[in-house]
Amino acid sequence: MMRFSFGRVGAMCLRHFYVLKGSWPRLVEMAYWPTMQMIIWGFFSTFLYQNSTWLAGAFGVLLAAVMLWDVLFRGQLGFSLSFLEELWARNLANLYCSPLTPSEHVASLFIMALIRALIGVVPAMLLAIPFYHFSIFGLGLPLGAFFFNLILMGCSMGMIVTAMILRFGLAAENLAWFIVFLLAPVSAVYYPVSILPGWLQVVAHLLPSSHVFEGMRAQMFDHVFRWDLFLAALGLNLVYLLIGLGSYLWSFSRARSLGLLLQVGE
Amino acid sequence: MVENPTHRSEHTAAESVSAVISVNDLAKHFREVAAVDGVSFSVRPGETVALLGGNGAGKTTTISMLLGLLKPTRGSIRLFGLDLARYRHKVLGRMNFSSPYVDLPHRLTLRQNLMVFAKLYGLADARARIAELAKALELDALLDRRVGSLSAGQKTRGALAKALINRPELLLLDEPTASLDPDTADWVRHYLERYQQETRCAILLASHNMGEVERLAGQVLMLRQGKIVDSGSPDDLLFRYSRQNLEEVFLDIARDRRAAGEVAPGKPNRGESSHSEERA
Repeated sequence: MMRFSFGRVGAMCLRHFYVLKGSWPRLVEMAYWPTMQMIIWGFFSTFLYQNSTWLAGAFGVLLAAVMLWDVLFRGQLGFSLSFLEELWARNLANLYCSPLTPSEHVASLFIMALIRALIGVVPAMLLAIPFYHFSIFGLGLPLGAFFFNLILMGCSMGMIVTAMILRFGLAAENLAWFIVFLLAPVSAVYYPVSILPGWLQVVAHLLPSSHVFEGMRAQMFDHVFRWDLFLAALGLNLVYLLIGLGSYLWSFSRARSLGLLLQVGE
Repeated sequence: MVENPTHRSEHTAAESVSAVISVNDLAKHFREVAAVDGVSFSVRPGETVALLGGNGAGKTTTISMLLGLLKPTRGSIRLFGLDLARYRHKVLGRMNFSSPYVDLPHRLTLRQNLMVFAKLYGLADARARIAELAKALELDALLDRRVGSLSAGQKTRGALAKALINRPELLLLDEPTASLDPDTADWVRHYLERYQQETRCAILLASHNMGEVERLAGQVLMLRQGKIVDSGSPDDLLFRYSRQNLEEVFLDIARDRRAAGEVAPGKPNRGESSHSEERA
């Protein structure tokens, strides 16, 4: 059994740092969409704030939702894109004939997902302060709990997407862009879970994201941190992480049987 | 060195330990297709062995299995005396590989690429090693250029630098001079010869280039349809097939002329029996 090496994880992060450092349009693109979303939802919130009794209870609830939704989306995308970089570069064989283990590779993708999510959403979070006088940082420590659970869920989904790309090749790459949106309606990002039909509420409760957004609303409307929702999200995340890791390792093993590690690429 | 499949049981532990590569009855099947079918050979330190064969003969598949990128259907691979299936990550740090089918990331500079691989292989002296390789492979002026902007020859030298970054004791080279002009190809071969003399590195080479094989390899394994159909030193093969160069030998084997009786075989040489009859 090979020992886990933080040095090799660092080497993989360095590889992605070089990519980001060498391409400022890429950095701008990462922050562009979350910022645009924040601006649109900010105006919408301002309008609703003046015309909705529900939103009057907490002005920033839609803005906070859109920003936290981007944590999940950018986390998943960051994980998947960092993996896709190796396929586009036809570099996977070079990596896997070095002592790099699949778990070290996955660990580096986790770190890159976190970094990419931060690059994407922090500028939008900061710009919301002068634009709409709303600071998501006002949520305090619970913000860290919401962020943590969403990034974990993003990485679990990222692992499932990369497992499918590894198994089916670049034909599956579009999954990286749309898979999260399949879950958006049942994640109760902008509305409570109770709005959903009964059978969809069951589905929603199986997703960590719905517990996070319910927790966010409880914090913003009632100023209460719901430990039950936090722990439910955390527990579900552990299950999804195991499923994600299992899928990745299974796909890696299949790829080694089928000779896909040398073939996948443009 | 090629082991006769009928004498596989004589494949002693001592041989396995002294050999850098020791492959026994290796096979890879993709459904009904046998890409590699019962191959056995070994490579000792300081030795260069070439896999020679046409497209689809099983060269790249064999190399992929030796790199652990592909799981064999059956057979065993021992590298540095260790079972690859069990100690894959332990042995991978002592070897390296280069192939025109695998790129270095184009968006990174050559120096950045080499730095990443130096760290992946756990080199303590990464900067010094990169400087050393840059000097030896005449890459100084290219180090800070993006790999995507390099010419084919420059990329090949860059890939060779990556393959040598960890001072490998075993180098697996798949078509190392494919798409290079004769001058650059000759330069690469010369460098490989010098590197091997200095380090006693074992090299397993897959190539279509007969001149390259004649020049570099001490032992040639002729592959056809996943099997070793003949083997020997380049001189042995030329003698036994009564040919002037390996290209003619290659064509005889690829077209199965010897089996058809079109080629009068020379005498077996240097105490080796003719493997072709045994294996074809």
